[in-house]
Amino acid sequence: MRIGVVTFPGTLDDRDAARAVKYAGAEAVSLWHGDADLKGVDAVILPGGFSYGDYLRCGAISRFAPVMTEIIAQANKGMPVLGICNGFQVLCEAHLLPGALTRNHELHFLCRDQTLKIENTTSAWTSNFTQGQEIVIPLKNGEGSFQCDDETLKSLEDNNRIIARYLGENPNGSRNLIAGITNERGNVVGLMPHPEHAIDSLTGPSTDGLPFFISVLTAMVGK
Amino acid sequence: MGKIVVDVMLKPEILDPQGKAVAAALPRLGFSFATDVRQGKRFEITVDGDVTAAQIAEVEKAAEVLLANPVIETFTVRAE
Repeated sequence: MRIGVVTFPGTLDDRDAARAVKYAGAEAVSLWHGDADLKGVDAVILPGGFSYGDYLRCGAISRFAPVMTEIIAQANKGMPVLGICNGFQVLCEAHLLPGALTRNHELHFLCRDQTLKIENTTSAWTSNFTQGQEIVIPLKNGEGSFQCDDETLKSLEDNNRIIARYLGENPNGSRNLIAGITNERGNVVGLMPHPEHAIDSLTGPSTDGLPFFISVLTAMVGK
Repeated sequence: MGKIVVDVMLKPEILDPQGKAVAAALPRLGFSFATDVRQGKRFEITVDGDVTAAQIAEVEKAAEVLLANPVIETFTVRAE
């Protein structure tokens, strides 16, 4: 199993994402934003950071990087894609996921351990969880407030496309406490908090992030 | 040289925390006139010669694809 991890200029969490892939038992393959070549990977992770300095809007310029043309095409054919934090923003800008991520409602950059409730265990990246499972993983972002129109929100709710919600107080003003969503097919997932930072108790608050990366291996074996 | 101006604003229903922060700062400085503030973006695009209708149409396309995110923002394009 080979999982690509994309590096844009300004990406921060590509190394941790690659490490998480290895912990899950797969091979991590570095993908460069400027190459329209996925090197034959089976899945792709868009990691966190500040790609292109967050200029214009978070993810707005990355979305047009050469590597994204291939990723969008393959995602539409069913390849699993996980966007974490900035990666989630890129997926929204690329219209692979609905809605948009805007400035946290209190305007502060947040960095803390966040409790989430897993709401969907059928997506390519969440099948290794149990329904309603509570997990603790780091949340660190300035623009993590998930926004969409009422119709989109209803569609996400009605079709079980919200994969995780924040538990407790709403950290950033996201509608319906949304921390992550998936597309209709369940292969593309966007998540604002960082599972790749919670795979080893030595370096993270828990190992609760690891099942995201194990889930995708299960999804690919099942194919 | 002609100039094309694109103004981008968050849709009214989208929370604008920056605008709210500015609205809260104004009365602290003694400015009591504002009941609300919304913050947006302005792009000034320079072109050779006078602005043509075709260029305006092109910029409108660019605004739709790149300069604004139609999911959360609206935009206006005009020659200046």
